[in-house]
Amino acid sequence: MSVPSLAFSATAMQRFETIVARYPHRQAALLPVLHLAQAEFGWISPEAMEYVGGLLDVPPVKVQHVASFYTMYNLKPVGRFHVQVCTNTSCWLTGGVEILEHLKAKLGVGNKGTTADGLFTLEEVECLASCGTAPAIQVNDLKDSEWPIRYHEGQTVASADALIDALRKRATEGGAA
Amino acid sequence: MSTGLKILTAHLEDPELHTLAGYERHGGYGALRKTLREGLTPEKVQEEVKAANLRGRGGAGFPAGIKWGFLPKNTDKPIYLCINADEGEPGTFKDRLIMERNPHALIEGCLIACHAIKAKVCYIYIRGELLKCIKHVERAIEEARAKGLIGKNILGSGLDCEIHVHPGAGAYICGEEMSLIESLEGKPGQPRNKPPFPASVGLFNCPTIVNNVETIAYVPWIIQNSGQAFADLGSEKNGGLKIWGVSGHVKRPGLWELPMGITARQLIEDYAGGMRGPKKMKGYIPGGSSCPPLLGTEIDIPLDFENMKKAGTMLGTGCLTVFEEGVCTVRFAQRIAHFYEHESCGQCTPCREGTGWLYRNIKKLEHGEQLDGGLDLLESICNRIMGNTICALGDAAAMPIQGFLRRFGDEWAAHLGAGRCPIQG
Repeated sequence: MSVPSLAFSATAMQRFETIVARYPHRQAALLPVLHLAQAEFGWISPEAMEYVGGLLDVPPVKVQHVASFYTMYNLKPVGRFHVQVCTNTSCWLTGGVEILEHLKAKLGVGNKGTTADGLFTLEEVECLASCGTAPAIQVNDLKDSEWPIRYHEGQTVASADALIDALRKRATEGGAA
Repeated sequence: MSTGLKILTAHLEDPELHTLAGYERHGGYGALRKTLREGLTPEKVQEEVKAANLRGRGGAGFPAGIKWGFLPKNTDKPIYLCINADEGEPGTFKDRLIMERNPHALIEGCLIACHAIKAKVCYIYIRGELLKCIKHVERAIEEARAKGLIGKNILGSGLDCEIHVHPGAGAYICGEEMSLIESLEGKPGQPRNKPPFPASVGLFNCPTIVNNVETIAYVPWIIQNSGQAFADLGSEKNGGLKIWGVSGHVKRPGLWELPMGITARQLIEDYAGGMRGPKKMKGYIPGGSSCPPLLGTEIDIPLDFENMKKAGTMLGTGCLTVFEEGVCTVRFAQRIAHFYEHESCGQCTPCREGTGWLYRNIKKLEHGEQLDGGLDLLESICNRIMGNTICALGDAAAMPIQGFLRRFGDEWAAHLGAGRCPIQG
């Protein structure tokens, strides 16, 4: 077996040890450790699967089996901002589809597409449990270590449009928040 | 009917309620202290919860106290408590409120429940997307541990209990208890056959109880005030208060804590401000997308498990999705069918193939195409899924479609061969 080219930072390794200690079996830590790997490496590459598998004594093929089952793990690189628009029941009733279509046109990408500058990946997602504040958009920011996932609720086409502009501005000006 | 009493949402105006100091300011951890001080036995706690008629708030409505009673009486294996915080049934958004704003109520409930079922470890399985919930619950656990409320020898009582958060990773199926257990073991969330039920063979093959967030968060109040007092707050066989949600085409969507047995009319008119515009209410889904819809005229039925069943639907999670006239129910159902196709774990053929078959045919219908066999085709697909799968996701996909056919059959029939959607064009 080749030596994986990836490794957790010291901080991530500390976090890893805390997570593993919660379970009587190492494999049980797979979901949280995959989240950690995604935060560290940006996406779950084959190398990341091999690395995580090695840490948890789980064959890489089993890691892949798990990673590909759950929608939150990116098995391909995504843009810095992963913009996820809910179009399920309550969001569907209150304009989620219109927002998604507007953002497709604005960013010039289809569902699951990434902009050429690598800043945005757009995706239609299932219910975010934001029904009382529909329609909702979840934005993951790869560079925000404190809040890598943020919800933007009660959106309109206009506010979603402004949200994209604000994210773009954040990227140009640097910084996470 | 409502006395105005609130339990889980009583002190939401306190911006510090989610902290230990804030929670304790309003009597928090009093029930745990009482349990330990008065030496309430696990049996006594179970008795109170049984007397409370506390029905599972995750949708199935199974009495919590009775579920706990299914655990083996003598076992040398560890017993686990798992909290189902994988809130993701479309239309449902109530557990978020508890985890974000009142997480210590959940933690205190977990500690008392662990005592009642003799569990020493509890995992709270929270949807991975709900980062704020994860952070608030993790912080609550740290605060409680620092104060000796979690860990070894809790408050000098000799009791040990650990609580951990386990983040999900985006799979609706993990709200199903066996799937949740598989996911906690680091596997794909594919449900196991029952029996054996988790109470005998669950997490890590040990006896396990899986309860919803809201269910467990009510336990401290029950212990403080008695099971009977909780039962008295609700309707027959449906104890207590519950957090109700209303979303969709109403003026003020939101969450309110009110007695079991309230009506949709009260929720929509008195709390959600009525419809958002001049259009009348066409219908509503009572408690998440798996519940068959009811008509806009069926709003005076008491919202509890028995009455909703009698009406041909389910109470589910008690979060109503309201839609107005002008919404095409075929198009709406198409979106719901798409969800179930997307979320089927793929393990059972009737569900894996049936959910896609349903979705594709509803889509054809929405485009005004003819269906081979007419609407009976949809009914027959539903019947082939129902009862033929390991878990309830197949039923959850079929039941709402049957419900739409029953309530809005004329509208669905008008689509057949119409060449376009006769409602929304």
